[in-house]
Amino acid sequence: MSLYYVQKLIYQLNRDPRTRERFERDREDVLRDYALDEEELAALRKPDIGLLYVMGVNGQLLMHYAAMCGYEWKQYIEAMREGIRQYGPVRAGLYAMTDGKGAV
Amino acid sequence: MSLVFAGVCSHAPGITGRAHMADPAIRDEFYRNYDRMRNALEAAEPDALIIVAAEHFANFFMNNMPAYSIGMGDDYEGPIEDPEWLKIKRTRVPGNADLSRRIVKSVMQEVDVGYAQEWKFDHGIMVPLNFLTPRYDLPVIPVNINCQGPPLTPLHRAWAFGSALRRACDAVPERVALIGTGGISHWPATPDSGKINEKWDREFLDRFVHNRKDELLSYTDEETYRDAGQGGFEIRTFLSVAAATEGNTGEVWFYAPIPIFAVGCTVAVMNVNGRH
Repeated sequence: MSLYYVQKLIYQLNRDPRTRERFERDREDVLRDYALDEEELAALRKPDIGLLYVMGVNGQLLMHYAAMCGYEWKQYIEAMREGIRQYGPVRAGLYAMTDGKGAV
Repeated sequence: MSLVFAGVCSHAPGITGRAHMADPAIRDEFYRNYDRMRNALEAAEPDALIIVAAEHFANFFMNNMPAYSIGMGDDYEGPIEDPEWLKIKRTRVPGNADLSRRIVKSVMQEVDVGYAQEWKFDHGIMVPLNFLTPRYDLPVIPVNINCQGPPLTPLHRAWAFGSALRRACDAVPERVALIGTGGISHWPATPDSGKINEKWDREFLDRFVHNRKDELLSYTDEETYRDAGQGGFEIRTFLSVAAATEGNTGEVWFYAPIPIFAVGCTVAVMNVNGRH
């Protein structure tokens, strides 16, 4: 697992327009810059927002990656819930689900 | 001169980004209280605004995470987020590098801080500025307390930091305003988004506006995480304002849980030597 680098990639995508442009132009070239395992690469490529959430990607990073990938707010919330259903509880970090009901 | 204004308010991105999804009646009442805060801030005639925020990986990451950082630029840019997503236009915000330098030097007498000559504002600063300085004509000094990437600074250090900020403000000739921004209880960016512990929030705000230091410092991170979510760690920004106004009380002008904004929305002011 290299959760740190998954998050670092998303951090760079969020803050650096050139990295984002590169990612849109040649995603694989950008992904090679980070030490990522197969599960992480697959989740980023798909994108599988639910799996990235379960892996423990900080919500303040994932929220923007989801938006960058075209997720509307409610789709994004639902993708995280689907991730829990499919892959189980959040594995790391602070953004674990409690009762999952929320209000939105 | 001295500290001339102090307060706290919410900064959640939904406040602007998802405004269209909120109940208009409660949303507009909340906005009116931001307006009230803007009027009070302007009436205090500050030369600069220190905004203590809890940023969300816009400038600082786990490769080099400061517990405390203060901006030292002549200007800043924000929002770092997609302006369409946040519904706030990207703009330049004036800073004051010389004043920042003096504030940093003074704070360093008490608390070690990082400084940053570049800073891209995220929603944690841009949402409050959108309401409080909408013309972006007041120099801003951004401050960050790490509330995202543990280990986090202990609450008693956030208090010491706020006290040091106060001493720094009192030592410069400029008139300085101070705003802390953060959530109270909230679980943003999780499937629990919209969950708010109103009882916990109201108890916290009571401790805050009565400036009961011991009670404010009594929360453990374990309790906060359990009762107020990971977003609750942002109480550090409120604590720094309470410390900067130690001995004074304040007033909650607005509090209401607004689930689509994913936070208990808050506007509160603290007396600064007998004035708001």
